[in-house]
Amino acid sequence: MTSTVTSVAAGVQPEPLLSELSRPGAPGHQLPPLDVPQVEDLGGQVLRRELNLPEIGELDIVRHFTHLAQRNFSIDSVFYPLGSCTMKYNPRINEDIARLPGIAHVHPLQPDETVQGALRIMFELQNVLAEITGFSAATLQPAAGAQGELAGMLMLRAYHLDRGDTRRNRVLVPDSAHGTNPATAAMCGFLTVPIRSDGEGNVDLAHLRAELDDTVVGLMLTNPSTLGLFDHNIVEVTRLVHEAGGLVYGDGANLNAILGICKPADLGFDCLHINVHKTFSTPHGSGGPGAGPVAVNANLEPFLPTPVVVRDDNGEFALEYHRPKSIGRLKAFHGHFAILARGLTYIRMHGADGLRAVSETAVLNANYLRVLLSDFFDLAYERTCMHEFVLSGRRQKRDSGVRTLDIAKRLLDFGIHPPTIYFPLIVEEAIMVEPTETESRATLDRFAEVMREIARECSETPKVVKSAPHHQPVGRLDEVTAARKPILHW
Amino acid sequence: MNFTQLTPDDRQAMLGTVGVERVEQLFADVPAESRFPKLELPPALTEFEVGRYMAQLAAENASVKDWPCFIGGGAYNHYSPSAVGHIMGQPQFYTAYTPYQPEVSQGTLQASFEFQSLVCELLGMDVSNDSVYDGASAVGEAVLMAQRITRRERVVLAGSVHPQWREVVHSYLAARDVEVVTSSVSMGDTIEEERLVDLLDDTTACVVVQQPDVFGHVRDLNGLADAVHARGALLIIGVADPTSLGLVKPPGEWGADIATAEGQPLGLPLQFGGPWAGLMACKSEYLRQLPGRISGQTTDADGRRGFVLTLQAREQHIRREKATSNICTSQTLLAIGVTAYLSLLGPTGLREVARQSHAKAVYAANAIDALPGYRALTPRPFYNEFLVQTPLTTADVRHRLVERHILAGVPLFPEFDRTLLLAFTEQNTRADIDRLVSALSEMSV
Repeated sequence: MTSTVTSVAAGVQPEPLLSELSRPGAPGHQLPPLDVPQVEDLGGQVLRRELNLPEIGELDIVRHFTHLAQRNFSIDSVFYPLGSCTMKYNPRINEDIARLPGIAHVHPLQPDETVQGALRIMFELQNVLAEITGFSAATLQPAAGAQGELAGMLMLRAYHLDRGDTRRNRVLVPDSAHGTNPATAAMCGFLTVPIRSDGEGNVDLAHLRAELDDTVVGLMLTNPSTLGLFDHNIVEVTRLVHEAGGLVYGDGANLNAILGICKPADLGFDCLHINVHKTFSTPHGSGGPGAGPVAVNANLEPFLPTPVVVRDDNGEFALEYHRPKSIGRLKAFHGHFAILARGLTYIRMHGADGLRAVSETAVLNANYLRVLLSDFFDLAYERTCMHEFVLSGRRQKRDSGVRTLDIAKRLLDFGIHPPTIYFPLIVEEAIMVEPTETESRATLDRFAEVMREIARECSETPKVVKSAPHHQPVGRLDEVTAARKPILHW
Repeated sequence: MNFTQLTPDDRQAMLGTVGVERVEQLFADVPAESRFPKLELPPALTEFEVGRYMAQLAAENASVKDWPCFIGGGAYNHYSPSAVGHIMGQPQFYTAYTPYQPEVSQGTLQASFEFQSLVCELLGMDVSNDSVYDGASAVGEAVLMAQRITRRERVVLAGSVHPQWREVVHSYLAARDVEVVTSSVSMGDTIEEERLVDLLDDTTACVVVQQPDVFGHVRDLNGLADAVHARGALLIIGVADPTSLGLVKPPGEWGADIATAEGQPLGLPLQFGGPWAGLMACKSEYLRQLPGRISGQTTDADGRRGFVLTLQAREQHIRREKATSNICTSQTLLAIGVTAYLSLLGPTGLREVARQSHAKAVYAANAIDALPGYRALTPRPFYNEFLVQTPLTTADVRHRLVERHILAGVPLFPEFDRTLLLAFTEQNTRADIDRLVSALSEMSV
């Protein structure tokens, strides 16, 4: 008789879908008996008939999700040098704070007098974010970085219109920018104009000058850039944009490199969004939630989304809704409060010196790896980097036909999450490495050793790399069929 | 307190490898006049101290765990089984990144696929994404989507849609040349709303309704979809409390083209407003205009079932300015929580949550309607929420209830300033409801 029972390591065994685990009649979660009269006043024209949810006992549900979790890489289990994403350690204290009843179980429409602590958390965070970035005010409403971009660009639009300046409809975006920048500009009804990077990875000043005129809304700029480089000419760049009557929107994706190193407002930025889940250590949650506060200078302050937390003369905190020039609201209620509370916890633990140490260490770790890896991979730019740097796999592709994608997949076999690949778009076979400040030297050294080994494999046994991964729950998946014949539910 | 791990010796050796003496030298690209500014921040705290500080601030808030809560208005205090929080608390979910490397993200991708399946079932729709920010931004995205599909520039909003959802639609449309028409709502003996079909014309992109509406009324939407489609427009139905779908016909059965919902009532903590999850689903013919991340089933070279992010050609990291939306993150961890909640409750549990929430609201409405000076304004049937006319202003009633440690009413309708919107869930005991009724009766004049 053939057995259907197999023995495999945790995380390797396929996990059935919830629908496959379902057994009609399995007891589920129970409620107390109804303590008021039963009501049946919903007529047949509005009443639901079918409801096909799975029926599974609690233990098997918990095991199901445990098995799924085991099929994931995570910061808690592996090194994640994922450029631009800032996969730093998520301190456990943040999680404890977020689960306090006075944080987790508070309704957003409670009267102000019952939420003074929550409003104080928001008020303090608004202030420390403005101080760290050098601006005069901040909104905590946007749900994520991309929504922060939307808030920021709608504020730029409102600013120009408020001045009667109705001709501006072009947004300049460097070619190294995140895809969210042009997508956001498009959501605001603007035309996107790509600006080239020069040979050193800076904004090409000649191209910038050529595109600047009185139809320019502004420039969306990430500094340090997605190449991990601090623009040498930053002050000149922002001055030129202002001279043309435009504003400079700061994409704060890389704020983690410059905490206490410089304030974006001092460099000529007019506003900046902040990814709390990157810079201020809140967990990425397998792809959300984030939080995307935006700090602004005095010119843009009247246009902030509502509500803003204010403190009155008696020291009481309140939500202020009446702001006539506001761009309005972008989501319900007051932002991702439980993420924001984690962010404030992190900032209060660090203080000014601690935050500067975060950026200094992130930059030291990145430069250390840059030097170690440059022995066997080409560097996109031969410069001191900030918190991340970009390699190119062009040598490996040319010499052995091994692509950057293959190298990324091979890293999985060594228990390391690959760097960001094929981004920024302007670097051939890009490999973007960001170690963050929270990694030990031993982890960095091991990563460099593994990369050296893979580079050796590329030239000696390229097949091993091209067919990777070899030790994961599944091999490379057929993405083409997935998109051509989509199966999106059971 | 910080979380770096380098020893002084490590630092020295690493600086040597990089070829500098001091870490400050790595910042030579930063303009000297702006370099190393002083940050005026409160002094650093240890973990112990910050824990105490934040706990003090948290303790200044009234929690719905301690006070009876009858506040709804887009967020509802349903019970979340303990296992939901523990599942979301799995570090290999919450410290993982977006599943761009599918071989090492099968857990997340399968959970997202399961979430999408449950959302399709719950809303009665063909296809779902892996969530957007919240129920309000889901409506904003749905309106943009309808505009892309129909290429029309006029949007009809029911005045009985949550005012904050309507505000979000206005913000999302601010930069577009789109006319937004909102049906008028007036307060007579009951709430009365202008007929939506009278606002339709041949340039209308979509009609947005909330079901149950913001006043709690379960609307009979039979015939609406036909009228909307006859004009070439799309019907968008938004749900604020999707536990209602344990009792009430889902958007798909009403003929919705796009359906949205706030995921918070499905097991997610209130968290003073977020993070939650926006549910968003549509008919299959509109799949390629659906924004946000989507997980799809496929196989590897050995024929093993696996899941990947699919249809990424809609998204900003591929399409840039031509993307369906700038959205770059979903609310995956919260979507996992919703998935856990719906599986733990099952069909029987969710129907029971709906049945109890509804019965408690009806019990309360009957009692409050009988009080002098009070009158229920929401037409029957309602689900778990209704608007009631009050003898005092909304702010007064809310404040006086706080003195009795009761949370009730919402500040959402300044135009109806002597009303109270009350919401009920399976967590409100008869004793708590009786306390509320008695407190309100003491305010009768």
